[in-house]
Amino acid sequence: MRKRDETLAGWAFATPFAVLFVLFLVVPAVYGLYLSFTGETLTGAGSGLIGFANYGEALTDPDMWKSLGNTLWFTVLSTIPLVVLSLALALLVNLGLPGRWLWRLSFFMPYLLASTVVVMFWSWMYNPTLGLINGVLAKFGAAPVAWLQDPKVAMLSVVITTLWWTIGFNFLLYLAALQNIPEQQFEAAAIDGAGKWRQLFSIVIPQLTPTTMLILTLQILASLKVFDQIYMLTNGGPAGKTRSIVQYIYESGFTGYRFGYSSAISYLFFALIVVVSLAQYKLINRRSAA
Amino acid sequence: MIKQGHKPGENPWSLSRIAALLVLAFLAATWLVPFAWSVLTSLKSEADAGASTLSLNPPDGLSFAAYRKVLSAGDIPSWAWNSLITSVAITVITVATSALAGYAFSRVNFKGKRWLYAAIIAAIIIPPQLLIVPLFRQMLAFNLVDTYWGIILPQAFAPAMVLILKRFFDQIPLELEEAARVDGASRLRVFWSVVLPLSRPILAAVAIFVFIGAWNNFLWPFIVTTDAHLMTLPVGLQTVKSAYGLQYAQNMASAILAALPLVVVFLFFQRQIIKGIATTGFGGQ
Repeated sequence: MRKRDETLAGWAFATPFAVLFVLFLVVPAVYGLYLSFTGETLTGAGSGLIGFANYGEALTDPDMWKSLGNTLWFTVLSTIPLVVLSLALALLVNLGLPGRWLWRLSFFMPYLLASTVVVMFWSWMYNPTLGLINGVLAKFGAAPVAWLQDPKVAMLSVVITTLWWTIGFNFLLYLAALQNIPEQQFEAAAIDGAGKWRQLFSIVIPQLTPTTMLILTLQILASLKVFDQIYMLTNGGPAGKTRSIVQYIYESGFTGYRFGYSSAISYLFFALIVVVSLAQYKLINRRSAA
Repeated sequence: MIKQGHKPGENPWSLSRIAALLVLAFLAATWLVPFAWSVLTSLKSEADAGASTLSLNPPDGLSFAAYRKVLSAGDIPSWAWNSLITSVAITVITVATSALAGYAFSRVNFKGKRWLYAAIIAAIIIPPQLLIVPLFRQMLAFNLVDTYWGIILPQAFAPAMVLILKRFFDQIPLELEEAARVDGASRLRVFWSVVLPLSRPILAAVAIFVFIGAWNNFLWPFIVTTDAHLMTLPVGLQTVKSAYGLQYAQNMASAILAALPLVVVFLFFQRQIIKGIATTGFGGQ
């Protein structure tokens, strides 16, 4: 009797969440998997199972590989500065210099903005003729740069915007971790004659390893899922140079109306995310075991 | 918790500290420039915004004309209203359902708990971006395209928040609840009058993050709304950007107006936001 009461109570508490979870996550996930094996289009034509045809097509689709390549390249380019620079900023702010709230506010504010707002600011910054960046460059006599139109710099521009927008989150995580390092460790090190830089590399950075791992994990997954800012800044251009995999999924589904194909790419990409997550999990576990 | 000031015995104005301060000031200024320049542009006349773009002292002077124009002609007030309604609904539903479920996972031993919990953990790595096509088809089937509920429901639950709340509830001493249960209080009563009041800080942090995420979300509302009157602020702004074309002052005024509510939220809830990130590492984007 008692056990039945517990089960009843448990489900009473869990049901509101479970209903939404099943309806809007489990069902679409399963339905998407089914779609990926169909030739479904907008008109419903080609529905019915077609086996692995979509997967076969995706794996030989140069546009799929190109957008995947762009996504990985974006992930490399964005993750490194988003980890290194956020650590540098946190270390600087943690020196106890005056104006702490101002530094925190400056670096964190952009993180609160909607991607649309961020893109409006930066399209204006990057404007080739009227933009602030080219305006300042001109004052130094440099030639204007077509930040978003030049295939060689477009990805870099997107990365700079992303760096500005999202660094505040990593910065705050590092700042919190720094404040948790016990003061005595520095005192002991100072007594042993370790200088500031020595302390940084033998105490601070090793102590921050769990935080760095957390940031790295979150950052890689976030960068792989990039869509908003690229879609709005460059629309994937010039010549598909910045088109991300999520944008390719969106386009094949909502402008190409190939729902089955789009779902197949989603699942291939999901497989990649699972592999990356497992690799990171293994790596972290090995490190903490060692 | 927060280390303030320099260490004793250290010269507060040593050369290296001054150098660090200069570097920091330079970086912070760099970070503030896009804001400052956008605000400045939004306060110029359209002619100045397009002609003397770098000028700090525009020929026509500063004015609120762009703001007046955007607020009277554009759909911004109704988009802001849509954003507010949907974000508040998403926040309320998410916090309520996550708290209830988190409590069940933490305190109740019910049949099926283990597999439900495992499913939630597995679900955390599914990026919602990958479900847009099947979700959209579902919305069509449910007749929810171009409705508030269509925007709200797929965003109104968060597996990660359930785990965060469960972890918090785990730390509340069991004795506090047992005392109330001995007095004959029901599970729901205990949850409501013992557990929830103790969880206010974490509930506030979760609510703030869900709200910010919902307010800023672009991809899902963009997909599920086609009717301009139902768009949320981020989606509507994207259409403004193309419609205004070369009207830079109005563009920037819209961006600033859209950013303002969250700046206010931040100024009010600064401590919860920073503590929330610091202690739980959740956020989003």
